[in-house]
Amino acid sequence: MNEAVKNAELRDKIAQDYEWGFVSDVEQEFAPKGLSEDTIRFISAKKNEPEWMLDWRLKAYRAWLEMEEVSWAKLDIPEIDYQNAYYYAAPKAKPKLASLDELDPEIRRTYEKLGIPIEEQKVLAGVEGAAKVAVDAVFDSVSVATTFREELKKAGVIFLSISEAIREQPELVKKYLGSVVPQRDNYFACLNSAVFSDGTFVYVPEGVRCPMELSTYFRINAENTGQFERTLIVADKGSYVSYLEGCTAPMRDENQLHAAVVEIFAHEAAEVKYSTVQNWYPGDKEGRGGIFNFVTKRALCSGDRSKVSWTQVETGSAITWKYPSCILKGDGSVGEFYSVALTNNRQQADTGTKMIHIGANTRSTIVSKGISAGKSNNTYRGLVRVLPRAENVRNFTQCDSLLLGSDCGAHTVPYIEVKNPTATIEHEATTSKISEDQLFYAMSRGLDQEAAVALIVNGFAREVLKQLPMEFAVEAQKLLGISLEGSVG
Amino acid sequence: MLEITNLHATVADKPILNGVSLNVPAGEVHAIMGPNGSGKSTLAYVLAGRPGYEVSEGGAAFDGHDLLAMEPHERAAAGLFLGFQYPVEIPGISYLQFLRESLNSQRRARGEAELSAGEFIKLAREQAQLLDMDAEMLKRPVNVGFSGGEKKRAEMVQMGILAPKFAILDETDSGLDIDALRIVGDGINRIMRAPDKGVLLITHYERLLEHVRPDRVHVLQAGRITRSGDIDLARELESTGYAEAAA
Repeated sequence: MNEAVKNAELRDKIAQDYEWGFVSDVEQEFAPKGLSEDTIRFISAKKNEPEWMLDWRLKAYRAWLEMEEVSWAKLDIPEIDYQNAYYYAAPKAKPKLASLDELDPEIRRTYEKLGIPIEEQKVLAGVEGAAKVAVDAVFDSVSVATTFREELKKAGVIFLSISEAIREQPELVKKYLGSVVPQRDNYFACLNSAVFSDGTFVYVPEGVRCPMELSTYFRINAENTGQFERTLIVADKGSYVSYLEGCTAPMRDENQLHAAVVEIFAHEAAEVKYSTVQNWYPGDKEGRGGIFNFVTKRALCSGDRSKVSWTQVETGSAITWKYPSCILKGDGSVGEFYSVALTNNRQQADTGTKMIHIGANTRSTIVSKGISAGKSNNTYRGLVRVLPRAENVRNFTQCDSLLLGSDCGAHTVPYIEVKNPTATIEHEATTSKISEDQLFYAMSRGLDQEAAVALIVNGFAREVLKQLPMEFAVEAQKLLGISLEGSVG
Repeated sequence: MLEITNLHATVADKPILNGVSLNVPAGEVHAIMGPNGSGKSTLAYVLAGRPGYEVSEGGAAFDGHDLLAMEPHERAAAGLFLGFQYPVEIPGISYLQFLRESLNSQRRARGEAELSAGEFIKLAREQAQLLDMDAEMLKRPVNVGFSGGEKKRAEMVQMGILAPKFAILDETDSGLDIDALRIVGDGINRIMRAPDKGVLLITHYERLLEHVRPDRVHVLQAGRITRSGDIDLARELESTGYAEAAA
C-alpha cells in the first residue's frame, strides 16, 4: 500500500480514537494534531520517560508559550500554524534488531534511495572486513536500528538514541541536557526542548578515541510531521569523536517544520568533529512544500585546549536558519566552522556561526562558501565576539559567495565585537559570478554544461569539502551537482 | 577531415570572420598565420563552439558531421580538441580530477568503457613525462599558479591524455622559451602526426613551424584567407611581415 495512504488511514484512525483518550495508548502511531501539554505528555508517555524528563519538557513548553519567533534573519518565513502540525509519529513498534537484515525492507529501500555509501551498506549488511561506521538510524523520530553497539561498548563509548539514554543514562542526560543550549535560548530551541521526538546521545569517556565514525541518517517519513531531533554529545577529558549526520527527505506537498537542537560539550583537551550533509526537500521550483529548517547547534569548549570543528554542507530545505557555534571557554580552546550553503530556485538560507571567545589564547577559523542559483537568497551571518578577559585571541574568517545567474542574492553579514585589544581578527570576503571562461574551458574538454557547473562549484567549495570524511565528501560532491541541475542555461 | 566553407561569424554583432574556406584532410597539419585581430582566435572559438560567437553564414563539417550543430562537449567527444591561447584556471579542482572526468565523459558519449582511477593515473603520468612535466603538477588545481609556459605545456599534456582526432592549437607557442618550444613541437608531432589525425595550428611566428613542419600554411587577414602555401610562405612572412604579404 502506498505510504501516504497508509499514513492517512492511520491518522483517521487516531482522529477517531482521540475522543476517548490517547495518552497512555501505546499502540497509537501519531500524537494528535496540535500542541498542548497533553501532546507533550503523550510524547513523554510514548517514550516511557521518567517524571523528571516530562517536567523538563513541560517547563520548556510553558516558557515557549511566552516567547516570540525570531525575525532578524534575512528570511521570508510564512506564518507557521503550530496547531496544525503533528509532533510525534513513530513507525510501528518492533522488537530491537540485531542486524539490518531484520530491518523492514521498505526502510532499506529508502536507505538505498538516499544513496547511503556502499561501504556503509556493507557494514549494515554485516559484510566482513567492511569499514566500521556505526549508523544509528533515525526514522520518523524513533531509532529503529543501532549497530556496532557492542564494539563501542568495549571502548566505553555510549552511543544511544536520546530516548534510550534518558532511560539508561539518566544521570549523564540530566547533567548535560540543556547545559549548552538552554531551554529559553531561542524560540525554536525552546520548542524542541518541549517536544523533541528522538535523536542521539554520545558520551566518550576520558582518554578514549572513539574507534569509528559515528553517523546518523535522518529522514522525515510521515506527511506533515514536525521533526524535533535532539542530539547531545559529551566528550570527556582528552577524548576524540567524529560524528556524521546526513539527511534527505522525499517530496512533500505541505511545509514541514524541522527544529533540531545539537549540543556538544567538550571537556579539557577533548576534540569533537561534527559533519553534516543536509539535503532536506527544498520545495518545488516555486518553493512549495519544502522543509523549514530551524536548527540550533552549539558547542561548549569547556575545558582548556578542547576543540570543536563544525563542517556543514547545506543544500536542502526551503528555509534554512542555522548557526553552528562554539563557546570557547577553556584557555587555548579551538573552534572551527567550515560551511558550504547552496541555494537554488526559491530557497532561502541564513546561516553562519558564532565564535564566542571567553578563554585566553582561544582560536577560531571560519570558512564559509555560499552558492546561489535560481531565484534564491543566501546569507552568511557570523559573529566573532572577544570578551574582555580573553587575551591573545585569533580569528580568521573567509566568506566567499558564488552567483549563478542574475536573479539570485548573496549576502554577508559579519558581526565583530572585540573587547580585548590583544586580539587578532581577520575577515576576508569575496563575491563572484561563475565564469563563462571556466564553463567553456570545461565543456571544451568534454563535460556537459551541468557537469561543468558541478565541477566548478565543487572546486569553489573544495576547502570545506576536504574537511569531510572521505565517503561523505564524495556524497556531498554529488549532492552539489544534483542540487544545481537545471540552474544554468 | 575538417571542411570549413565560406564561414562568416560575428562577436557582439561585429563581423569578424568574412568567409573563411579551408579544408584540412586527415593526416595533415595546417598552419594559420596572421596579424593581430585578423580573426584567428575567433575561428578557433567558433570551431570549438564558444557561446557568443555567432555564425551568420557558411558552415563547418568534421568527419562529415555538421560541426556547428553540436554542443561544445559533443565536439570534444567527437574528437575535437582546442588548445587555449589563455588556459583558464579552475581553483579547487586538480588536473587529475578535471581530466579524468573529461576523458570519461567523452568515453561515455562514445560508448566506450570508462578508465579506472588506476588506469587513468598511469596514462596521465606517462603523458606528463613525455612532455617533460613533473607528474606531481597534475595534482595541483587546474592552471592555478602555473606560469604561462607551464600552462601551455599542460595543454599539450591534456591533448596527450584526451588523444583527440583533430586539434586546433591557438597560439600554443606564445610564452614558451626555446627549449619548451621544442618539447611542445615534439609533443604535437608525437600525439597528432598520424594518417587519421589532423591539426590546425594557429601561430604568429614561424619558429614552431620549424619543429612541426605543416603541410600547408594559410594567411588569415581581416577574416578571410588571403594566401596559402607551404612552409616557405611562413618563412617569407617572418622576413617581410603581413602587410607586404597581403599586397
